[in-house]
This record gives sequence, structure tokens and C-alpha cells, in this order.
Amino acid sequence: MATTTTDIVNGLPSAVRTVLDFGRGRWLWAALIFLALLPIIGGKTGLIGNYGFMQLSLMVVFAIAVLGLNLLTGFNGQISLGHGAFFAIGAYTTAVLMFHLHVPYWLTLPVAALMCFVAGYLFGLPALRLEGHYLALATFGLAIAVPQMLKYRHIEAVTGGVQGLQLDRAVAPFGLPFTANQWMFLVALAVAVVMFRIARNLLDSRTGRAIMAIRDYPMAADTMGINTAHYKAMTFGISALYTGVAGALFSIIIEFASPDNFPFALSIAILVGAVVGGIASLPGAVIGGVFVQVIEKYADAAARQLAATLHLPIEIQPWTIYGIALILLVYFMPMGIAGGLAMAWGRAKRRWPALAGVK
Amino acid sequence: MEQLFAQVAAGLANGAIYACLALALVMIFVSTDHINFAQGELAMFSAFMCWQLLEWNMPFWLALPAVVLASFVLGVGIERVVLRPLHNAPVLSIVVVFIGLLTIFNSLAGSIWGHTLKAFASPFPRVTFPGSAYFGSHQVGMILVTGALLLALFAFFRLTPLGLAMRAAAQNPASARLAGIRVDWMLALGWGLAAAIGAVAGTMVAPVVYLEPNMMAGILLYGFAGALVGGITSPGGAVVGGFVVGVLENLVAYFGNVLERSTGLYLVGNGEKLTVALIIVIVVLTLKPSGLFGSVMVKRV
Repeated sequence: MATTTTDIVNGLPSAVRTVLDFGRGRWLWAALIFLALLPIIGGKTGLIGNYGFMQLSLMVVFAIAVLGLNLLTGFNGQISLGHGAFFAIGAYTTAVLMFHLHVPYWLTLPVAALMCFVAGYLFGLPALRLEGHYLALATFGLAIAVPQMLKYRHIEAVTGGVQGLQLDRAVAPFGLPFTANQWMFLVALAVAVVMFRIARNLLDSRTGRAIMAIRDYPMAADTMGINTAHYKAMTFGISALYTGVAGALFSIIIEFASPDNFPFALSIAILVGAVVGGIASLPGAVIGGVFVQVIEKYADAAARQLAATLHLPIEIQPWTIYGIALILLVYFMPMGIAGGLAMAWGRAKRRWPALAGVK
Repeated sequence: MEQLFAQVAAGLANGAIYACLALALVMIFVSTDHINFAQGELAMFSAFMCWQLLEWNMPFWLALPAVVLASFVLGVGIERVVLRPLHNAPVLSIVVVFIGLLTIFNSLAGSIWGHTLKAFASPFPRVTFPGSAYFGSHQVGMILVTGALLLALFAFFRLTPLGLAMRAAAQNPASARLAGIRVDWMLALGWGLAAAIGAVAGTMVAPVVYLEPNMMAGILLYGFAGALVGGITSPGGAVVGGFVVGVLENLVAYFGNVLERSTGLYLVGNGEKLTVALIIVIVVLTLKPSGLFGSVMVKRV
């Protein structure tokens, strides 16, 4: 009898097989537990400093923001170039509550979520009549106008105008032995886990199928009795809620909110994250969030390095790389990194059936 | 009243820029059905090229045609290289590519020319004429240039065989192809024309706002508003829309100011210009997407 790879796998000790069996849940939990232990593993040993934890928290934050855009654009087919606006609304809701009313930071999150849901829903109503390019255009305008709106004179007393609002540091409760940055990393992680879980459930539900049906074939969805207008506006609201919560966490983490934190570039960064990660994928949102933050931090150095190695007469800026990455991805990996990986994994499984866990 | 008149005049001058940009947007929309989010950055890039030529002591009226030509080539190149492979791609891919182009041109201009504000001298001689209390010579120059541009385009599309071919390719690509028109080259040509018009807009606006990589974001939004008000399928409409939006922008600020002085209530001012543009865009899109002069789109089910 010829030995196949399947036999080899089945012959392995069960412990090894467990590892090879890419049961999604198990891997996910392992990764999450590892991340949750990071403040102890990395923090207490000094491997990761406070700055490092801040970077990690911001990755989580952007993962949530990108997830919001994914829900709207990837799963519902509505293009938004202006999600930075909802990010800003979330951030300012939290900042105003903390600064003026001294609300504890964790209590501001649900309020920010609600505010952004309402804002998104309201913006989604006129957007119902817009499709494709036109919706992109309206949201593009939103992204450009937001920094200016935040400086509107009548709300200056509340928003702090150009100076913005300086927030108190969110410290660990009950005397837990974490620094503020480590603690906020854990908070952001917990929020992210809950929100990704909810997104998963939402998409797996009847509602989720309706949302995706509208993306794939709006007219057929309508004929099937799906209330397209209701679902589209709702999805806009939910999407804004996600991105808004990310914004709220953002302002708590950087302890600051000012109009210049939410430029047009922020909206583009969220879009870049979504496209790079994979526009209709939850893991893609995580990849996208990490990408946005990593690029933000390292692209500058990388670009300089690149310009030096190629002996270019000019400095390359990170945004040039952003742009080129965007265009190349559209050509070669339209489903983003997550889609590309999934495809490679599918190919590998066909090539080596044992990987698929054939018993 | 005096002031109101001055505001309208200033609005017309700004409107000339919006009209140019709107014209460029319409050009691409008509020939390819895409809304070019990178149009503003392309115009900015062209303005920088012109500035560079002026720095090298080239006279303006020589530099402008050179830049317009270079921009034309750039536009054709972008269509052929970047957008050609995406002819049947979903809208999202196209939008993402435009955003990619936007960031590339914006950051490249920053890399090459830096982020410090650069003064850009007005190419028009400073002369006094009746009414120069309201219009500076640059303002009049801008309006004249926009008018000339529109006339030239009108003549091109109505009177030349190439213009006819372009219109045919835009209206009915399949039949045009059967009639022997090279439709894909017509699209590239549309892009080239748009980039060339954008170059004119960029060089005209540069003396007003100073040269800087981010100078176009707000202006582009007004260009969009102008194109939408006029109807994004109509070149003439875009020009009218551009002027309307320009005047509207200044009037809103003016009446906001009047309101504040008479009642003490601040509602809108210069700080809300972009918000006003956003509201115009959304209102037109939701209430009358075809604009004033655009053709109503009918979707086949």
C-alpha cells in the first residue's frame, strides 16, 4: 500500500495533529491569549516598552476602524472615502465627555458608539440614492470638510477649537500592576474581540445575508422582499459605529483630540487598510489595521532607505508607497492580503490534502 | 451694495477656476464614466511643473503650452498604463486606483518641490480699466482664459472629425468601434485633454492660493460641486456650474457676515467654505443628480 501524506499525518501523535489541524477557533484563541498575556510577557520583561504598547493599541484601534469600513464597502457594496469623519465624531464624543463632564473613559465608549450610529444612519439616508462613483464623491467631500467642521465657531467652546482637548490618562483600575499604555492595550483588545465577534455573528445571520445580497444583486434582493433602503442605512450606521468606537479608543489612547488629528489622509488610511487587508474579510481588517499603523511608523525610514539604495535624487515619502501599494494590490490581489492568503491556502490544500485535515 | 458687487466679482473669478476643473472632470466622466479623484492633484502637479520652468527663466507664455503639452502626455500615459487594464473592473477598484494616484502625485510633489509655500507671479499685466475696483487683472485674465478654453473645446468637439469621433466613442462605444473609431484611444485622448485643462486650471489658481502640494483639496471639492451643479455630462454646464458655485461660495460668506453684523448671530463665514461645498454636493446629488444641463441617466434593468 502506497503511503500518502494523509497516512503520514494520521500516523503522527495526536498532539502534533492538533497543531496541524488548522481548526480556526483554536488558533484564534491561542493568538488572543498570547496577546492578552503580552503586557505580562513583553511588558514585565521589558521586551516591549510603553511606546510599543501604544503602537500595538493603535493597531487594534485601526483594525476596528477598518472593520467598520469593511462592513460597509466590502459586505454591503457602498463605497466610503470619508470614514475619517466618523472616526472623528467618535473621538470627539469621548473627548468632550471626558474633558467637560469628567465621565470615566469606559463609559464614553457606548455613548460614542451611539452618536456615530446616529450620524452614520443619517448620512446613510441621502446616500441611499447614490451609487458607486457618486457615493464615493459625497463621502470624499465629507472627508475633506470634516477638519473644517470641527473648527466651527459655535462648537468651539465644547470642542476646544484649533487647540483641541487634552485628556486625562486612563489608568488601570483596582491597582492592577499595569502601566496606562499596557492597560489601554488590554482594553482596546477586549473591545476589538467583542466587536469582531458581533460582526461575525451579524454577517452569519439573516441580516448579514441580506446585507451581502444587496451588494451582490440589489434588484434581486429587493424582489426577494429585502427592505434595501432600511438595510443600507442600517449598515451605514453600524459601519460608522465601528469606526467611531475606534476613534473613541484612539483619543483615549493618545490622550488628545484636535481637528488636525482627523485630516483627509486619515480617511484614505482607513481605505488603504481595508483594501490592503481584504475588503470583504474580517481577518483582513486585522491585517489592514496592522498595515496602517506599521506603514505610518516605518514607511518613512523604509522610503528613505529605498531612495538611498536606488540612488534616487529625491526623497520618497511614505504616501508614495501607499499609493503604489494600492494600485498594485488592485491589479494583483483584488481581495487584499487576506484574500491572497486564503487563495494560497486553498491551493495548498488541494496540493496536499492532508492539510485539509482529511482523516 | 458696493461690497455685494465686489463679492460677486470675486466669486466669478474663483468660479473661473472651479469651471476649469469642473470641465476637466466632465471630460473624463463623459469619455470614461469615471469621476477622477486625482484631478486636483494632477492640476497641482502641472502647476508645479510650470513653476519650475518659470524658475528656469522661461517666459510664462512659452512655459504654459509646454506644461499643457506635458500634462496631456501624462494624462494619456496614465490612461494607457494605469487604467487600461481595469476597463471592466468594479467601481471600487477604479476609485481605489484614483485615490492611489492622488496620494502618489501629492507626495511626489512634496518630495520634489517641498512643502513650503511658493509664490507664483500672475502672468497677466497689471493694468487699470473701468471696473478694476472689483476685478484684479488676474481675475479678468482667469475668466478670459476659461472662456477661451471653453470655446476651443466647443469648436474641437463640434467642428473637427476627431472631436466627432470622441463624442461617438463616448456615446456608443460599440457602434463607434464598428464605424472604425479606435475607441480605446479616444478614452486616452479624453484623459489627455482633461489633464491639459487641469494644467491650465492649476497654473491659473496658483497665483491666487500660493503653490503647495495640498493646495487643491478644497478647490477640487468646489470643482466637483461645479460639475454636479452644471450636470456632470455637460461641458458647458460644468462651466456655468463652476461660476455659479464660485459666486454662491462668496455670497454665502457675505450674507453670513451681514447676518452677524445685523443680528450678532454667527452662522457661516469663510471657515465654513468646504462645508458649504459639501452641502451643495450632497443636495445636488440627492435632489437632482443630472444637474442643470446634464442628461438624465436611465438604467436598463
